[in-house]
Amino acid sequence: MPNHQILIYEPWCKGCEICIRICPKDVLALNDRGKVSIVDKDACIGCRQCELHCPDLAIRVIPDRPGKKEETPPEPVASEPPPAMLGQGPPALLGDKPIIKVMTGNDACALGAIAAGCRFFAGYPITPSSEIAENLSALLPKVGGRFIQMEDEIASMGAVVGASLAGAKAMTATSGPGFSLKQENLGYASMAEVPCVVVNVMRGGPSTGLPTLGTQQDVMQARWGTHGDHPVIVLCPFSVEETFFSTIRAFNLAEKYRVPVVVLMDEVVGHTTEKAVLPPASEVHVETRPRPTEPPERFLPYKHTESDIPPMAVYGEGYRFHVTGLAHDETGFPTNNSEEIDRLLRRINRKIERYRDEIVDVQTESLEGAQVVVFAYGSASRSAREAVRMARAEGLPVGLFRPTVLWPFPDKELVKATENARAVLVPELNLGMMAHEVEWALQDRSKVHKLGRVDGEPLPPTAILAKIKEVLG
Amino acid sequence: MNQTQPVTPYSDYLRLSKFPFIWCPGCGHGIIVQSFLRTLRKLGIHKEDVALISGIGCSSRAPGYLDFNTLHTTHGRAIAFATGIKLTKPHLHVVVVTGDGDAAAIGGNHLIHACRRNIDITALVFNNYIYGMTGGQVSPTTPKGMRASTAPYGSIDPPFDIAHLAAAAGASFVGRTTVFHTPQLDKLIEQALQKKGFSLVEVLSQCPIAFGRRNKIPQPFELMEFMKKGAVPFSKAKDMTPEELKGKFTTGVLADTDRPEYVEQYLKLCEKVQGS
Repeated sequence: MPNHQILIYEPWCKGCEICIRICPKDVLALNDRGKVSIVDKDACIGCRQCELHCPDLAIRVIPDRPGKKEETPPEPVASEPPPAMLGQGPPALLGDKPIIKVMTGNDACALGAIAAGCRFFAGYPITPSSEIAENLSALLPKVGGRFIQMEDEIASMGAVVGASLAGAKAMTATSGPGFSLKQENLGYASMAEVPCVVVNVMRGGPSTGLPTLGTQQDVMQARWGTHGDHPVIVLCPFSVEETFFSTIRAFNLAEKYRVPVVVLMDEVVGHTTEKAVLPPASEVHVETRPRPTEPPERFLPYKHTESDIPPMAVYGEGYRFHVTGLAHDETGFPTNNSEEIDRLLRRINRKIERYRDEIVDVQTESLEGAQVVVFAYGSASRSAREAVRMARAEGLPVGLFRPTVLWPFPDKELVKATENARAVLVPELNLGMMAHEVEWALQDRSKVHKLGRVDGEPLPPTAILAKIKEVLG
Repeated sequence: MNQTQPVTPYSDYLRLSKFPFIWCPGCGHGIIVQSFLRTLRKLGIHKEDVALISGIGCSSRAPGYLDFNTLHTTHGRAIAFATGIKLTKPHLHVVVVTGDGDAAAIGGNHLIHACRRNIDITALVFNNYIYGMTGGQVSPTTPKGMRASTAPYGSIDPPFDIAHLAAAAGASFVGRTTVFHTPQLDKLIEQALQKKGFSLVEVLSQCPIAFGRRNKIPQPFELMEFMKKGAVPFSKAKDMTPEELKGKFTTGVLADTDRPEYVEQYLKLCEKVQGS
């Protein structure tokens, strides 16, 4: 008589009775603990139906089949993994000497991405950002990178996060309506601390708004577009050349701090054609995410380290970690422990706050003795700079404060720069979004004046100059 | 015989400290997971070489228990994340576990486009006719007339046929079965994993709590029998009239074709571009 072994691991059994009902020989029954147990072992025919249909892996049958050799599957062997990070080397497509080129902001963005080591782009066509995707569809195959046009913006952002987790420096580019769709998985990147770059070439909103005209109406969405308290860095270049450098910087910051970085261009910056000087490859500094040094068995993917930035393993290099958008502990698995949740949320936000001095960047002009400081960014700051120069030529005490990083907001720098100013003027292509932030930062130190425009036209320097004169009285 | 240690032969693939599964007693999802692990073992696939990606819902909790490269993403988006992973690390076996709501409602667009591209990803669709995790709302596969928490008088929505949807959208391999039919389930998962290109196995799985209780089939085994009775092999269904097929669903291999795989095509393109 065959002696089939039936093994039960009671802690995993939920007493669902599937095994009991499927057994053709009534071998099993529930015990007084509500778990399955064996009542007639000798009746077992070794058919394994109970095991195959157990949803909880709680029962196993080892059939006794004298004379019949059980087939044992081959022992799994891991394949030889490729390099952890895809295609990293010296900055590509640059020369030994500076390259002077006439191009658009969208072109410069694509070249900056390649120089920074971007090897993955997923996107979806949308005006006025599409040329970034077009450029990268041509460039990425040349440098062994991956380009894919996805079915929508949501998928693009998802693919970017997946690629980054698998070891590619990854980017997407879009504009207003598409940026709205990115928010879901952009928040995922914030929560799961996945480095990535999202370019938003701003057009007029709300909704489909003004596809071909530039505004700056997404500056708040770039900071607060996705739900929840989340970290994000937002850069805002004002020229073609600065777009090249801002895109490199975006990748460096994303990698260094494990955070999504938004590059906010606008239609004017994206589509302006002008001269740009690209540096030699040797002068481009490239950062790559902090990498684990401990062996896989000791690796904690979300370890609370002194730096607040946990080293990052990538898929397929032997660490087999878990990533979720749910609140998680150091192991990466979901948790409901309030202390762990608090610790996580505070850390991922703190890591940007504590390094804000390294992140914030402000360009200024003629601040000395300025009674009025013009706070301007992106394309509006081109007009603002011209207006300030015109004012100075007329002997008016006016200076320019131009952040190239909007978030974290340069509050300390702004307070310092406006110490002796009577007023701050904020010309911007929206109805006063950053002006509110400026007011908040300055409290009652200086009077803040707004100059907004949302009809799709740029603010001419003459309009800003007129407002400067009005403010000066 | 009661054991003091887990008895499953697939412990090497498991994160044992996370067990038991979060799923309700009698949920069929664990049967699919077991079949998946058995198949990986049979094919000799090492856990380092598996990336398992899920969306949101009951099905999507599976990766947390499995010792692979695992990613629990946003609702419906697993295939999009998986696409990024597969393109970046083509050596990985990229497998998506998803549910009927995740794959066919909020993620429907990603599903059909992955089929169209024919990217080498295997999707295992745990179809339990219901949104279980959120409390039993009607899903795109809830059969007409069945009740759900948002269809208290019975669903009037015609359901999607996920397998046919995937086949029509161009998936290289499509199979369908139920958790009752474990030998067929093993075979379909094996074929799907071995297929170069997009493969999908739709597995009908019982939800006794959110679906069964509401529809007066609260016992897990009875729900399995209900599914078993509805199953008609594709080969037989061909000769049956629409009237005869009413209330039934077809099982077996629905599509098995060889089309160029996306990542291979992309890498060939790179070689060509770099060579020129």
